Amino acid sequence: MSKRTVELELATPGVDAEGRATRVPLTEAAEPGLAEEHMLVNIGPQHPATHGVLRLVVELDGETVVRCIPHLGYLHSGFEKLGEYRHYNQIIPLTDRTDYLSPMANNVGFALAAEKLMGIEITPRCTVLRVIACEMSRIISHMVWLGTTSIDLGAFTPFLWAFQERERIYDLQEMWTGARLTTSLTRVGGLMADIPDNFVDKLRDFIRTFPKTLGEIDRVLTRNAVWAGRTQGVGALTAAEAINHSLSGPMLRASGVAYDVRKDKPYLGYETYDFDVVVGEHGDVFDRYLVRLEECHQSNRILQQALDRLPEGPINVDDPRVILPSKTRAMSDMEAMIFHFKQVMEGVKAPVGEAYVGIENPKGELGTYLVSDGTAKPVRWRIRPPSFINLSALPRMAQGHLLSDLIAINASVDIVMGEVDR
Amino acid sequence: MTSLPPVPGAVRTEVARDGETIVFVQRERLLEAMTWLKETPGQEFDYLVDVTAVEFRDRERPLEVVYFLRSLKRRADIRIKVELNAADELAVDSVFHLWQGADWLEREVFDMFGITFRGHPDLRRILMWETYAEGYPLRKSFPLRGRFSRAEQVRQALNTNPEANYSLEELSIAEAAGDLPDDMRDRLRRGERGVIPDPPNP
Repeated sequence: MSKRTVELELATPGVDAEGRATRVPLTEAAEPGLAEEHMLVNIGPQHPATHGVLRLVVELDGETVVRCIPHLGYLHSGFEKLGEYRHYNQIIPLTDRTDYLSPMANNVGFALAAEKLMGIEITPRCTVLRVIACEMSRIISHMVWLGTTSIDLGAFTPFLWAFQERERIYDLQEMWTGARLTTSLTRVGGLMADIPDNFVDKLRDFIRTFPKTLGEIDRVLTRNAVWAGRTQGVGALTAAEAINHSLSGPMLRASGVAYDVRKDKPYLGYETYDFDVVVGEHGDVFDRYLVRLEECHQSNRILQQALDRLPEGPINVDDPRVILPSKTRAMSDMEAMIFHFKQVMEGVKAPVGEAYVGIENPKGELGTYLVSDGTAKPVRWRIRPPSFINLSALPRMAQGHLLSDLIAINASVDIVMGEVDR
Repeated sequence: MTSLPPVPGAVRTEVARDGETIVFVQRERLLEAMTWLKETPGQEFDYLVDVTAVEFRDRERPLEVVYFLRSLKRRADIRIKVELNAADELAVDSVFHLWQGADWLEREVFDMFGITFRGHPDLRRILMWETYAEGYPLRKSFPLRGRFSRAEQVRQALNTNPEANYSLEELSIAEAAGDLPDDMRDRLRRGERGVIPDPPNP
């Protein structure tokens, strides 16, 4: 009994009666004059804790952040401009490179918007396969987030476990698309390839064993005093603030707003799946961690249901103006050859108009806004970048926290600079 | 065309191919319309999804600034557009004070299209660096490969003075803290922040 008490005392330093982390205020009284000595510190653009090429200029009062001014654009590649010079199917490889931690979900987002613009209905098998692609991406992205964030906060073990699970999904992704990162999975009106033979078995194997790792990570982190002390009450945003800052995805839900595009504006038949929207309470770094961890469980549930219902049938729509004919047919059939030629040389034409489709990406709502003037190339291809918009709340969240908390807050946003800068 | 919605300053409506309602609003009354949409009971568009702009290949067509609004309470969306003639001044009122999420979104539109948002507290370039001198990349008049040659871009990157990498806000913090080097302060006083010096003659 006494041993138990000692453990509890050791395990909760810096935690107040309600279990929230207590913060030691800056010792202004002990060291007068310290407050006047403001300092500018430049973090990044090349620093592992900024998760890419983000540069933060921080005004410090002692160790407290007075102002945090992010500088972006080091990875700006002008994807949106490039897209105006390409056919719809040629844009799909560009979407891989925006949020490169969930390439398959980006491919799906773009294809859905292009199909909405052209008025194409995809096949049932394609719909389910795209759901599988999206949820696999969510697991990859959340595992990378969990691993890198735990490293930022000094926990090394979960990093290895998370990356091991990520690697297993990457293997599946490689089986399916031939690539680990640049998947280019979708085509307008279908998919680049059907799943290979033993894919379903391997994915079922993953689904069966993945919750065990999640449970281990949960046991190592959730009740860990260091983890709780560094994340609880740090960078908290209320629901009203989160809405006002246009946050989306796990960042919005951690603040207690139950908005999930999959439930509230369903696409790919998500309304027919049985899963829960994970909502936090305090909107701090700890709740964002809990939300993402639980979302992995929910993704696992969705994957299970998707595999159970995966129908047989074609993956592409039956429309020779949209889908490339097979090479054999193009070489033997006159009509197929003409369609092949016209698609490669002229592209798929979209009718005049515009379409916006938002999908629930791991980082938040990924919107694709396409405007067409009737030609095969979009007039405007706009990506609503979830991590760009989530990051814009960083100066607000970091204010008044310690410099070391800034690292935790920045990690909790889950940015990927390829998407922030595009 | 159906009857106009009761949005202040509404000019006409359209339906997008995804089924969403688009309301075109007079430029002068944008802020009034947005305030109305956000605060009127029954509308309550409390969430700003995105702000962007569109320029068409047809140069005669006006530019459009597009606002995607969402009511989280009613789970409803609406799209608001403002048309700007390229010949006129490209400026609209900022909605920053209604939704703080507009901060970086409006900065990006300014950076990429050169559209000014009046009343934005910190309107400066965000993806391109602040002393970028080639223009606005997403305008149709901007060539795909940029205006300057690769050699000129490298020369400029190598020759810029260090103060070009900091915003004026940061420089003023450094100045207040007494940390600004003398040569940087002198150049700033002479107004030479964005000036890239020619390389010295050999």
